[in-house]
Amino acid sequence: MSDRQKQLRKPIAATSQMKKLMAAHFLEIDEAKKTGKQKVAWCTSVGPAELLHSMGFLVYYPENHGALLGATRMATDVIPLANAVGYSPDICSYLTADVGAYLKGVTPLTKAYGIQNIPRADILVYNTNQCRDVQDWFSFYAREWDVPIVGIHTHRSIREVQDFNIADLVSQMKSMIPTLEQVSGNRFDIDRLRDVVDLSLQCTKLWRRVLECGATKPAPLTFFDATIHMAPAVILRGKPEAIEYYKLLIAELEDRIKMKEGAVPGERHRLYWDGMPVWGKLRELSDQFYQLRTNVVASTYCNSWIFDAFDPKDPFESMARAYTELFNVRDESFKEWYMDNWIENFSIDGVIFHDAKTCPNNSNNRYSMPQRMAKRLGLPTLVIHGDLNDLRCYSEEQTRTNIEAFVEQLDQKTG
Amino acid sequence: MTLRLAGGIDVGSCTTKSVIVDDGGNILGSHVLYSGTDFEGASDIAWRETLSLAGVSSTDSICVFSTGYGRNSVSFATNSLTEISCHARGCLHYFSGPMTIVDIGGQDNKIIKLDQKGLRVSFKMNRKCAAGTGAFLEEMALRLRLPLEKLNDLAKQADGEVTLGSYCTVFSGTEVLEKIKSGAALDHIVRGLFHSVVKRILEMDTFTDTVVMTGGVIEHNPFLIDLLKTHIQNDIVTPPHPQIMGALGAALYALQEAPHNMD
Ligand code: SF4
Repeated sequence: MSDRQKQLRKPIAATSQMKKLMAAHFLEIDEAKKTGKQKVAWCTSVGPAELLHSMGFLVYYPENHGALLGATRMATDVIPLANAVGYSPDICSYLTADVGAYLKGVTPLTKAYGIQNIPRADILVYNTNQCRDVQDWFSFYAREWDVPIVGIHTHRSIREVQDFNIADLVSQMKSMIPTLEQVSGNRFDIDRLRDVVDLSLQCTKLWRRVLECGATKPAPLTFFDATIHMAPAVILRGKPEAIEYYKLLIAELEDRIKMKEGAVPGERHRLYWDGMPVWGKLRELSDQFYQLRTNVVASTYCNSWIFDAFDPKDPFESMARAYTELFNVRDESFKEWYMDNWIENFSIDGVIFHDAKTCPNNSNNRYSMPQRMAKRLGLPTLVIHGDLNDLRCYSEEQTRTNIEAFVEQLDQKTG
Repeated sequence: MTLRLAGGIDVGSCTTKSVIVDDGGNILGSHVLYSGTDFEGASDIAWRETLSLAGVSSTDSICVFSTGYGRNSVSFATNSLTEISCHARGCLHYFSGPMTIVDIGGQDNKIIKLDQKGLRVSFKMNRKCAAGTGAFLEEMALRLRLPLEKLNDLAKQADGEVTLGSYCTVFSGTEVLEKIKSGAALDHIVRGLFHSVVKRILEMDTFTDTVVMTGGVIEHNPFLIDLLKTHIQNDIVTPPHPQIMGALGAALYALQEAPHNMD
């Protein structure tokens, strides 16, 4: 892309505020580790963060660290270290990147915030709703540091969330409390939990609104913007800052909508992205779509942090429901229904499935879904082969050609 | 009156193909050479050779489109399109839709489906592996110390074949070594390799309607078509020069944009 085109691209102004929030988040955790003032819990990104906040933990999300390793392109250098100690190149490359970075003693937090090391966990808390890899990932650190690990084992591949699912998950969550009390030194307080769930609810509603702005033609943001701006919904939900941030972002996006300002000027085609981002190639992919005047306006991935079910009146039940209603947890028929709705509401012209080599859980092309979807909706679909973090599995040229050819196909359709 | 001409250059990872067509889409000249490491140089040479074969001296008014892996390295092209679009366009010059185009290239395979109107319905490129491509046959020919040109005749003359089970080029190499050790005939091994290419193609997609086979591997190893016929019921056809379909398609697209009447 020429420098001139780069200049023409209007950045989202709220980004600078988000960067401040991210810095404050990591520095607060780093400080707490130095002073011992507050305990740090590691939590999976779709784990019971509200419970941890309510018990006074600072919450750290290793998947976010995994994504940072990917986005800074450190991942491909450090993954081999984890491979060498027995973590296969075929398993989650967040896990292998994170473990590899730990073994090498490096972190992207150093360059970004001057933080030397990732925060040592006082407790590790996972939820297998997204995959089993998170349990193995956290178990590495539990052994390494000899710290407690607790987890929720979510039922998988379910069509409708049933009462018995909820009852089981509630009891699993409640059974964590004695350990959490012991590690944090704080008593569990249901009212405190209600407050945090309420904050998460407000955050998630706003995050939904951000994503729904993409339904406007032309869309004021891209999938690539959303992968950056979802950070507060992932790592600051349950905190007031996330709410304030999304209010700011929404105001900016609504201004763009009023002015009919598309994130991709001259938007010709609108795509849906299924699967993980390719973190190390966000810029390149975003530039390619920009040049093709095609906008990726919706995705399964960014929607994963919409939790409609949160309800402060029933904090445990609603958390159990929110974290089980998740797309990843559901069966194929639900997934198809869900995607069809977004595709219709966002006036989608084509769907790209990213088959991420190391994350079968977010690669929905593997059971013939693109073929069924093409037939059912009469929409062109494309599968690209890559990975979230491990660029050894990614062919830049092949991906570029596939995307370009796909857009040529859409051009044929529109004449 | 000067005839309206157009050109297409397909810079593939292995070979560069160049075509010049007249107003009616007739091929006046074409040339194929190894791409090497200098794509720009290869496309220059290919184009110059094509012009001289066609007896064209002035290039001023010729609109050229590029395609293929190195499509952005062709400095004199006015536009570029992907090889997916160009292969389809080239095949439509000879056959009408619906069709399934199977292109076996030096480093990738493509399956492109066109509907009755010739519009693209879907396409697939092979994954990041050499399995089933020209690179696979090249690698195996090297191991067997056989010149590439001999493969087709050997496969054709064989009265039997070895079975190669793996879809990994490296694993297949090991399998071939085992076959040699156990005394399998050379032509049986080569036919087994050809069959392996066909199996890789078959697992890429379904085959609907007429199958059009293109690509350098088909041009030089037409016995692959006979083998594919043993697996599918569809009609299988090939254009006159399967290797230059991408370049031809690019030239035909260029023709649409070439200025009219140069008199
Ligand atoms: S869902 Fe995929 S990317 Fe996320 S932790 Fe599990 S395997 Fe890794």
